[in-house]
Amino acid sequence: MSLHHLNDGLTRPRTARPGVGRFSRLAGLAAASLLLAACGGGGGGAGGEEDPAAAEAFPEDDITFVVPFSAGGPTDTVTRLVAEPIAEELGANIIVQNVEGAGGTIAAGQVAAANPDGYTVLMHHIGMSTAPSLYADLPFDPLEDFEPLGLVTQVPMTIVARSDFEPETMEELVEYVQANAGDITLANAGIGAASHLCGLLLQDALGVELTEVPYEGTGPALTDLVAGEVDLMCDQTTNTTGQIQAGQIKAYAVTTPERVETLPDLPTTEEAGLEELQVGVWHGFYAPAGTPEGVQEELSTAILAALEDENVVSQLGELGAAPFSQEEATPEAHRQLLEEQIQQWQSIIEEAGVAPN
Amino acid sequence: MDILQNLGLGFETAFTPINLLFAFIGVALGTAVGVLPGIGPTATIAMLLPITFGFEPVTSLIMLAGIYYGAQYGGSTTAILINLPGESSAAVTALDGHQMAKQGRAGPALATAALGSFFAGTVGTLALALFAVPISQAALLFGAPEYFSLVVLGLIASIALARGSVLKALAMIVLGLLLGTVGQDLGSGTPRFTFGFRELYQGLDFVALAVGLFGVAEILRNLEGDITRSVMVQKVKNLWLTKDDFRRIRGPVLRGTGLGTVLGVLPGAGHVLASFVSYSVEKRVSKRPQEFGTGAIEGVAGPESANNAAAQTQFVPLLTLGLPVSPIMALLLGAFIIQGIVPGPNVINDEPELVWGLIASMWIGNFFLVLLNLPLIGLWVKMLTIPYRFLFPAIIAFASIGTFSINRNPYDVYAIAFFGILGYILIKLGNEPAPLLLGFVLGPLLETYLRRALIISDGDPTVFVTRPISLVLLLLAAGAFAIAVLPTVRRKRDVVFEEED
Repeated sequence: MSLHHLNDGLTRPRTARPGVGRFSRLAGLAAASLLLAACGGGGGGAGGEEDPAAAEAFPEDDITFVVPFSAGGPTDTVTRLVAEPIAEELGANIIVQNVEGAGGTIAAGQVAAANPDGYTVLMHHIGMSTAPSLYADLPFDPLEDFEPLGLVTQVPMTIVARSDFEPETMEELVEYVQANAGDITLANAGIGAASHLCGLLLQDALGVELTEVPYEGTGPALTDLVAGEVDLMCDQTTNTTGQIQAGQIKAYAVTTPERVETLPDLPTTEEAGLEELQVGVWHGFYAPAGTPEGVQEELSTAILAALEDENVVSQLGELGAAPFSQEEATPEAHRQLLEEQIQQWQSIIEEAGVAPN
Repeated sequence: MDILQNLGLGFETAFTPINLLFAFIGVALGTAVGVLPGIGPTATIAMLLPITFGFEPVTSLIMLAGIYYGAQYGGSTTAILINLPGESSAAVTALDGHQMAKQGRAGPALATAALGSFFAGTVGTLALALFAVPISQAALLFGAPEYFSLVVLGLIASIALARGSVLKALAMIVLGLLLGTVGQDLGSGTPRFTFGFRELYQGLDFVALAVGLFGVAEILRNLEGDITRSVMVQKVKNLWLTKDDFRRIRGPVLRGTGLGTVLGVLPGAGHVLASFVSYSVEKRVSKRPQEFGTGAIEGVAGPESANNAAAQTQFVPLLTLGLPVSPIMALLLGAFIIQGIVPGPNVINDEPELVWGLIASMWIGNFFLVLLNLPLIGLWVKMLTIPYRFLFPAIIAFASIGTFSINRNPYDVYAIAFFGILGYILIKLGNEPAPLLLGFVLGPLLETYLRRALIISDGDPTVFVTRPISLVLLLLAAGAFAIAVLPTVRRKRDVVFEEED
């Protein structure tokens, strides 16, 4: 507890709040106190103001955001970005916990089984809608076992190729791929990864079947693309922007309705005549089903407010993404998107023959 | 020359008080988590990442990188003292390092690890500064077929890890390969050997396996005897290296450094391969190969240097191409993104003070590590005098907590217990766990690269021999295999085997 108090006294912009609670669990680490002391010394934080009036009944305790992917990954980054203003809004400490494994289904299963009191909240991305099609006997139902709390952001995806791949534009790519489908390899970062899903959509939109090459994550896939070992890939701007800007890989289009600020010359798939190829990695928060409505509202309101936070907007912008608008981000809109996406992916995944195991 | 200017900029950046402080905090934390069994650098960096959000980007990366290579130092400490490798590369150090500790030579073993690592770290950093860009281009020459052949070579070389019969070593490698198949298949998503447990979809955890097979099995074996008597060392001989020791580690340190510098650049298990390959090279070139596995100082010096050199050059692809070669590098990539830096080939031009400051800080960090670790040797060695009845429950408790903290997966703790018992049985049957561990690490890579190479080549198996780098690696592997199974060599090995226990 003492560590929490220490931290509560230091409201530090962009910093430790979400993390330190988690860190304190490791109080056994001899170095913990050393590091915390150093943080306090290095950050120069002003005195924080706690607002006890805001805490009527909820929240009275720390809130845990469960992230189903590793720390430092795009989803984790998004979560930690918004956790900061949400914590301020709620006047509570937020602990971000990474529970990895099985495409996020382990984390989702844990939260589904958690006490529905609002103190355990799941962050999940598009994988929430594909899990029912990709995994047999899931320990949860995305629609039945969760209350969508609101959407956060949608990370656009880019269609990219090795730098010496023949086609120069999206139009040429379509033609080339349709003519040489049998010889073209398409990289993805593993079953159910965003790059896998986008690849399925791409093949579906072009009416071709390419040779899919699975990798254990984006890093190695991108490495092989840069090295010219594989031909094509579709991945999030967070992963590809640096390589595109440096000319190490070739980009054809971005898969969202609007162009991306960091890659202004890149047309959208719609502009290139592929309206049906629309995909983005959307992120949203979920509470376990049965969470009291008042508590859900508190959380939703705080999430909505966080989307207008200046720091959130600018940092997401640097990632090539933007927060959902206030109307798009509501729990109702979230539930609707989830329902639609579950439907859409079910048919695409079934069609592609990625059998549920 | 540009390079001097760059390094000047780097040292200027790294020598600010705040960056020196965080380099020190990083390596000190790294040493601490390296020493605590179970908690590895990946978990630590993941946990501390959020704390660095508010730092300057260069400060944040200096600290996180310090944790990483600091842990490479610390990891060897527990491997040597209590046969608990917290990291895959430290498993090799445990082979001879722990034997040395049992003979009362824990001090020289730890000093060798520290000095070898410092030398290798310095050279690795220098290589990073001088050749980062050309090295990274070379790394891109390695596609799936080359990696496959490299892994084959690594597996063949791992026979050298065993003291006993070639047959038993091969059996252990195969068992390791099989254990490596547990989890979800990458290509189809089909779960394999998961027995319906979703927690096993990620596969078995390396740390749990190593802690069980090495640490817990060792404890079980120690408990066979009279536990009131210290099973560890009573007589601690000298703490420092003798003249003869210095002479013996010179070659291994140099060769290990070279191997590690080159192999560290390769994605996947570069630094693990570096220490395994270094060990088998040292055993091969040694005039006294029979000493390996019984406390040969060369068996500590080579792999420790290789592993630390690789720890530095692992940064090459990250800094020059924005491509991570290991989970830790992926975490650091995440740190870039969080700091608002778009990782990629442009970073080295756009953010020179970040890249060069980081490189300079690595040298400073390695220097700190020696300062920090040499005086600690006496303290660590004293730890061995703690009565075993206190020491072993503490080891098990720390190892379990540490392992659990990585993924918060209770199955990892069950795995420690399971593999502890399995390890004990294997030792009783005269099998050694090191080749199993290597099989476990390399097995999934072998499968992945084989499949990927064949998918890309459209099922044509000749890619492995038509691509020159791959062909050379396969020929080396064939050569290594021939030496391993040559009858004369085998007879010699059997003689060595007789001596065991």
